[in-house]
Amino acid sequence: MFENMRNYRWLLAVMFLMMSITVPAVYADDDDDDDDHYRSNSSDSTISSTRVGEDADDRKRSGKSKRSQVSNASWKEECGACHMAYPARFLSAESWRVMMNGLEDHFGSDASLDVETATEISNFLQRNASRKKRKSSNGIEPALRISDTRWFQSEHDDVAARTWKSPKVKSPSNCAACHTKADNGSFRERDIKIPK
Amino acid sequence: MLRTLSASGLMLIIFIGLSIQQVFAQTPNDVLDSFQSEAAKSMPNFQGFSADRGERFFKMKHGNDWSCTSCHSDNPAATGKHAKTDKPIKPLAPFANTERFTNPKKIKKWFKRNCNDVLDRLCTPQEKGDVLAYLLTISK
Repeated sequence: MFENMRNYRWLLAVMFLMMSITVPAVYADDDDDDDDHYRSNSSDSTISSTRVGEDADDRKRSGKSKRSQVSNASWKEECGACHMAYPARFLSAESWRVMMNGLEDHFGSDASLDVETATEISNFLQRNASRKKRKSSNGIEPALRISDTRWFQSEHDDVAARTWKSPKVKSPSNCAACHTKADNGSFRERDIKIPK
Repeated sequence: MLRTLSASGLMLIIFIGLSIQQVFAQTPNDVLDSFQSEAAKSMPNFQGFSADRGERFFKMKHGNDWSCTSCHSDNPAATGKHAKTDKPIKPLAPFANTERFTNPKKIKKWFKRNCNDVLDRLCTPQEKGDVLAYLLTISK
């Protein structure tokens, strides 16, 4: 009986510590990158079928990891200090590895972190990265800018030029301008609202 | 019995958690003191900090496109905006944001990053102390 109590107390202690370290990561039940993959806007059927294949792959994965969805307190805090904490699945593991090894010059800014935090975030991103290559559209691999990937560009090929130029959008990095639930990691078609 | 045990266990954990935070927490004046001893150590003719010099340092460019004000705005008591991403930045002056200059790890991280962006080098203890002295004079 005494043994039981001791175990119980330690369980509580461990639970409390865990709660203080991790951030509850409960997200919307469906957050595929794109649920409009049958959209027929492309004259290039090869690209269309690749996209269907890619979405199916992502869907399979997200089915597996849907509930334990992909958040990490350090990632959210550190990446989110200067910009949106972009989801790991937007780039390949190789892209994240290279990016996290070059934080001293992060797109022209010093975003360096202590080794411990950088390693934690890098591991988190690589573990949850896209299993697709997320190839660069400009031939420079690995792609480091999400908006440089062919995947991003094909997902956004129906966005009008004037939308990109809108002062409310300003930059392709500004996901939340149109993806109203981007901050929660949801990029579903139904949550898109193009600002007027 | 079980409840008492688990409750006291929980209290103990909370207590330890809080005391760990206490060990690491600082006030902005503690931080100023530590800059002061760093400055005195590294500069034999250290004359103390100057809020005026800190203000000039804060507001001028140092050879690059950005000054401190590019993100923190001309008024450190106001909310700033990241020069590239537009992300809001909470006020820098401790008067307007009591979290500022209380976490040594964050202070180190952000001085390194921002000085590299603005000056292409690390800031000296004198420069950091001057800027903090300036920020501490802001009270409205």
